[in-house]
Amino acid sequence: MTAQPLPNSLRSLPDENGHFGQFGGRYVAETLMPLILDLEKEYRRAQDDPAFWAEFDDLMKDFVGRPSPLYHAPRMTEHFRGLAPAGKGPKIYFKREELNHTGAHKINNCIGQILLAMRMGKTKIIAETGAGQHGVATATVAARFGLPCTIFMGATDVERQKPNVFRMKLLGAEVVPVTSGAMTLKDAMNDALRHWVANVHDTFYIIGTAAGPHPYPELVRDFQSIIGKETREQIMEKEGRLPDMLVAAVGGGSNAIGLFHPFLDDPDVAMTGIEAAGHGIETGKHAASLAGGKPGILHGNKTYLLQDEDGQITEAHSISAGLDYPGLGPEHSWLYESGRVNYVPITDDQALEAFQLCCSLEGIIPALESAHALAALPQLTAAMDADKLLVVNVSGRGDKDIFTVAEALGVEL
Amino acid sequence: MSRFETAFAKGPALVCFITAGDGDTAANLDALVEAGADVIELGMPFTDPMADGPAIQEANLRSLAKGTRTADIFRMAREFRARHPETPLVLMGYANSMVARGTEWFGDECAKAGVDGVICVDIPPEEDAELGPALRAAGVSLIRLATPTTDAARLPAVLEGSSGFLYYVSVAGITGTQQAAQASIEEMVGKLKAASSIPVAVGFGVRTPEQAAAIAAVADGVVVGSALVDLVKQHGDDAPGPLRELTAALAQAVHAARRV
Repeated sequence: MTAQPLPNSLRSLPDENGHFGQFGGRYVAETLMPLILDLEKEYRRAQDDPAFWAEFDDLMKDFVGRPSPLYHAPRMTEHFRGLAPAGKGPKIYFKREELNHTGAHKINNCIGQILLAMRMGKTKIIAETGAGQHGVATATVAARFGLPCTIFMGATDVERQKPNVFRMKLLGAEVVPVTSGAMTLKDAMNDALRHWVANVHDTFYIIGTAAGPHPYPELVRDFQSIIGKETREQIMEKEGRLPDMLVAAVGGGSNAIGLFHPFLDDPDVAMTGIEAAGHGIETGKHAASLAGGKPGILHGNKTYLLQDEDGQITEAHSISAGLDYPGLGPEHSWLYESGRVNYVPITDDQALEAFQLCCSLEGIIPALESAHALAALPQLTAAMDADKLLVVNVSGRGDKDIFTVAEALGVEL
Repeated sequence: MSRFETAFAKGPALVCFITAGDGDTAANLDALVEAGADVIELGMPFTDPMADGPAIQEANLRSLAKGTRTADIFRMAREFRARHPETPLVLMGYANSMVARGTEWFGDECAKAGVDGVICVDIPPEEDAELGPALRAAGVSLIRLATPTTDAARLPAVLEGSSGFLYYVSVAGITGTQQAAQASIEEMVGKLKAASSIPVAVGFGVRTPEQAAAIAAVADGVVVGSALVDLVKQHGDDAPGPLRELTAALAQAVHAARRV
């Protein structure tokens, strides 16, 4: 890894062209460029408009149910202290994003983006979804604001995520099954982009993660940063100091960047992003773009991607549909290369074990995405002193995953 | 004169697209040239062709399923150049296949294979540094796309660093779906030609000789892709015959405008 000069603040990126070092940018068809530039202009105006943020905050409080609690997880703390060497095993907190309306952090971003869509006078909403969480969150805000909404979802995912498909339909969205490619999240994003390019005049694309062409990685991060800002206030209130370690799962990486970003300039706060290692990096069946990929260009941005030597994108694998994507947000690629954040791969089996442990020790059913973050705790806590503070982002609830988990555990429902 | 200049100097040109590695590519290319295609666009198959409609998406997947690699595409290009020394050859595709081994490598390979120009769907002028300098250094034209959403403010940026010809994507959409109204094509081509001295070719949704003739009356070139790719899908290794037939009809329609 090449050393690169760091800016004075790690929070100052992207630059004016949407780059995080060599990553990010605006790699889109010419048809979309004018719209991307319009979106950026509108976002700059919104950033400086107190009325925009007042409405955002109001919806966060009364519609989403924020702030989400910062919860001291006593039994997990004791459990890992018991396993750790003497004097090790930090105090563990959960940031409870799974308590948000619609059951995950996704809604934070959707609220912000639909407010932008309304400002831009767009009358139709589209989105892509994998497991259906972002689709449900998008359908939710579209219903709340009275805009028609079309969700692109891989046909494979439509089949295996029926409850979420029905939720989206109840919320008034049209769900379009995508039959190209492997018929999963990557293909849904391709078809959403194809639809968008033909309907740019009236359609707003609510991208579900901190990726895609500039300014999406920036604005999604900014909307999700409410997670980190709240965490900062809450831990100061409870402990009188900043945490020593933040942990979050990284698919596209929006829940992680939302937690990390407000702390990037605090050098004593260590950060760990968790990538999905599927059956293991060595098997080739994984979704760990950093551990198993290299930089490339896809879906509007330059970032680490799973690909072959010719630049053909390879299929990702993870038991968690939300992590099952062959890339990640460009800011994570930059944080990885700069060394500010440490990224760790976690396999399907490790995530399943952590999923069950969290259920039985804390009475919380975490999403499989969040279970990946929890699965890093054995390794992380063993190396941290008992007086340290660790915050893990429980980004979503696991009700959606019970069928997948039952199947993996050989239980017939 | 470059091959592009020679080709477009004769009057309106027929630009034909097929996907590399889909069907018998060498035989298909020969059929296109022999039937009157003036410029060849050879599509580089990519796993995620975001700007393409079903016809070319499927062609990409058929080609990749047969194991087409980047090295095969450059071999097809070299062999084409040996058989057809005069016909301009353009590689069209997506950024990741072009940057995967480094853009200097890509530019050099293009030059060595006798490729005249490159169209990259997802590198707009704002990201020119990614590909443009390497191509220009290798003496390969970067052919940019203008679209119905390209306004007067953006046009200079699109033209800056463009050479060979300018590809006007006449529909805000994906390849092979609908055709633009003739009036809108005329208006935009007029604007583009007023702003630039390089030829303007028009594509997206052009399928028939009648459409091609109407566009040739106002533009320097007509691009046909999905209609040809459909024939490759339908006829597989027997596609050269049907390709020759359609291309001849299109060429006649486009070249008729030269006599006016």
